[in-house]
Amino acid sequence: MRTINPKVHRRPHSITHPRKSIALTLIMILFLAYALVPLLWLVINANKTQTELFTVSGLAPGGSFALFDNIVATFTYRDGIFGRWLGNTLLYVVAGAGGATFLATLAGYGLAKYAMPGRRAYFAVVLGAIAVPGTALAVPTFLLFSRLGLTDTPWAIIIPSLISPFGLYLIWVYTLESVPKELLEAARIDGASEMRIFFTIAIRLLAPGIVTVALFAIVATWNNYFLPLIMLRDPDWYPLTVGLNQWSAQASGVGAEPIYHLVLAGSVITIVPIIAVFILLQRFWQSGLSTGSVKG
Amino acid sequence: MSTSQPQRLARRTLFLASGTGLLGAALTACGDDAGPAENGEPADLDAALEEGGELTYWTWTPSGQAQVDAFMAAHPNVTVELVNAGTGTDQYTALQNAVAAGSGAPDVAQIEYYALQQFALSEALVDLTQYGFADFEADYTASTWSAVNLNGGVYGLPQDSGPLVMAYNQAVFDEFGIAVPATWEEYITAAEALHTADADRYLTNDAGDAGYAQPLIWQADGRPYEVDGENVTIDLQDEGTRRWADAWNRMLEPGLLAPIPTWSDDWWQALSNGTIASLITGAWIPGILQGSVPDGAGHWRIAPVPSYDGSPATSENGGSAQSVLQQSKNPALAAAFLRWLNHSEDSVGVFLDSGGFPATTADLESEEFLGAAPEYFGGQQINQVLVEAAGNVEPGFQYLPFQVYANSIFPDTVGTAYVDRSDLNTGLQAWQEQLVTYGNSQGFKVN
Repeated sequence: MRTINPKVHRRPHSITHPRKSIALTLIMILFLAYALVPLLWLVINANKTQTELFTVSGLAPGGSFALFDNIVATFTYRDGIFGRWLGNTLLYVVAGAGGATFLATLAGYGLAKYAMPGRRAYFAVVLGAIAVPGTALAVPTFLLFSRLGLTDTPWAIIIPSLISPFGLYLIWVYTLESVPKELLEAARIDGASEMRIFFTIAIRLLAPGIVTVALFAIVATWNNYFLPLIMLRDPDWYPLTVGLNQWSAQASGVGAEPIYHLVLAGSVITIVPIIAVFILLQRFWQSGLSTGSVKG
Repeated sequence: MSTSQPQRLARRTLFLASGTGLLGAALTACGDDAGPAENGEPADLDAALEEGGELTYWTWTPSGQAQVDAFMAAHPNVTVELVNAGTGTDQYTALQNAVAAGSGAPDVAQIEYYALQQFALSEALVDLTQYGFADFEADYTASTWSAVNLNGGVYGLPQDSGPLVMAYNQAVFDEFGIAVPATWEEYITAAEALHTADADRYLTNDAGDAGYAQPLIWQADGRPYEVDGENVTIDLQDEGTRRWADAWNRMLEPGLLAPIPTWSDDWWQALSNGTIASLITGAWIPGILQGSVPDGAGHWRIAPVPSYDGSPATSENGGSAQSVLQQSKNPALAAAFLRWLNHSEDSVGVFLDSGGFPATTADLESEEFLGAAPEYFGGQQINQVLVEAAGNVEPGFQYLPFQVYANSIFPDTVGTAYVDRSDLNTGLQAWQEQLVTYGNSQGFKVN
């Protein structure tokens, strides 16, 4: 009695035309909501006045358009310290993440292309270092830096950020794949120095990998919280993360002075650059991430 | 490096005090003690002010910058850099790390009364008796003075005080026909009546907060801690502590306490919209309500805290002193700044204008202060109630020399009773067990 729909047979499901799954779509929508609702909440609430924050709840709009007032207040509150925090964060990102990317590129390329004794051991150390979370190293780092007299200085944030074992590993693998030996040999025959080969040839071939490493490093440095929290005492050197937390904590205790509207506006300002970086560098990010996933 | 007994104890105290214990432990090996300044004299202070210099001052008091500006205007030779190194515990972590590291601490720092014993015992603070500060005793309320007068020394000057009082929302009380409760018995009855009449409303909130439970225990005549040098006794089931826990159980277990953490954004919201109808709180609350709960204008009133037996006994909830750190390169100048900060009309005046509740008796008893009738409180002369409470603080309550840590594990122990709405005494016993173990592991002789 059953009839088989011939259409189904004519259009078999393949890699390029996968079967649509309602369940999977629903799960994806859930995840999307999970990621976007907090963002939506943030934007809606950053647009409320301090009073509205306490009287209008949650996702309901506040009625007034206070975002720009809040942003102005954020930058002028306490002699404009927020601007200073923004500048600090940029400094840590440029010096820390920029330096990390540069060092990872140099080291990854060198290890991939030059034979040297102990390379395998080095490889093992780098792989091991990836497994150690940065938070676990924060306290030993603090002890070291405190002996060196570097706590409470920007160096305490920049120097630890310079090390990126994951970036090194990524560049290493990427170099093996995308910088052909023949090309380097040809360049050498033409008389190019190793430095010149690296800076004019290799670096171009490595660009997607470098951007990926840079993105990882930028995100990690931008969001860095625990390390500056224990390293810094002087708010003049805080990055945005620690500064915003301090503002948020101001709502408690005997001298409580809640400034949630500034915390929220500050949070919006804090996430905008990182979203921009992601959107601008997205395609590099994707191609870099898949590196090494097909052949190992 | 010498390893005399008291110093070893001090080092161990550093360890226990830092939130991340590791820091203190490893650092003590390399931390150079700043020379203890113990041979100063009162005349040094004026000389130091004359000579001038630079100071660093850590505070989160809202009027801090205005006070510093006024000080520098009066003493142009001195430069004070104000650093907001965080509120409460955040700052203590930074301070403890700096003390342990042997450098990086400020000259003067704000420290709440409950944490003062911890820093005094770890020899982080300068004993100010050498500068004649003991003579200031008569100028401060008895309870705040006893809070800075520790181990036979003076380890700070009180900035403010927080005698426990009740703030209540008259509009909500009127709407639901609730009379102002004078005893805890009446308070519990009112809590039940209000929540029964409107399930969205609560007489008060408490989601479990060590900084709140201890003043309540104190007010119930509980004295759970006794500290004598390195000998510490902890009894969180003494008569007074049980009195509080049993009374509180009667509100906690049936769900009459709003499970809203104090200072959370929900809490501010609940104060604005009348969800929470009263607060058992410190005398510093008027400034906070006026500043941050504008919707409550005209509704709030102040009354004495409910009592167990009809006596006006109360306790201290919150409040800070400022102390001079051992690491200060110029302790005489730091002490001179501190003397100005918490012992001069100019400075206390700035603090008063910002809505603070001072600890100096002259300011508390001035006619201007007592006669103030802010419209926010419906023209009530609130300071009369507050100042009376300041005189009724029961003496004899001590905090632990590792109170910052103790408060940090309160949520894991007593806090679970709040979450399950179960017997607080069980939670208090669990807390005590952990405190005893911890104290002993840190070199104290506990129980």
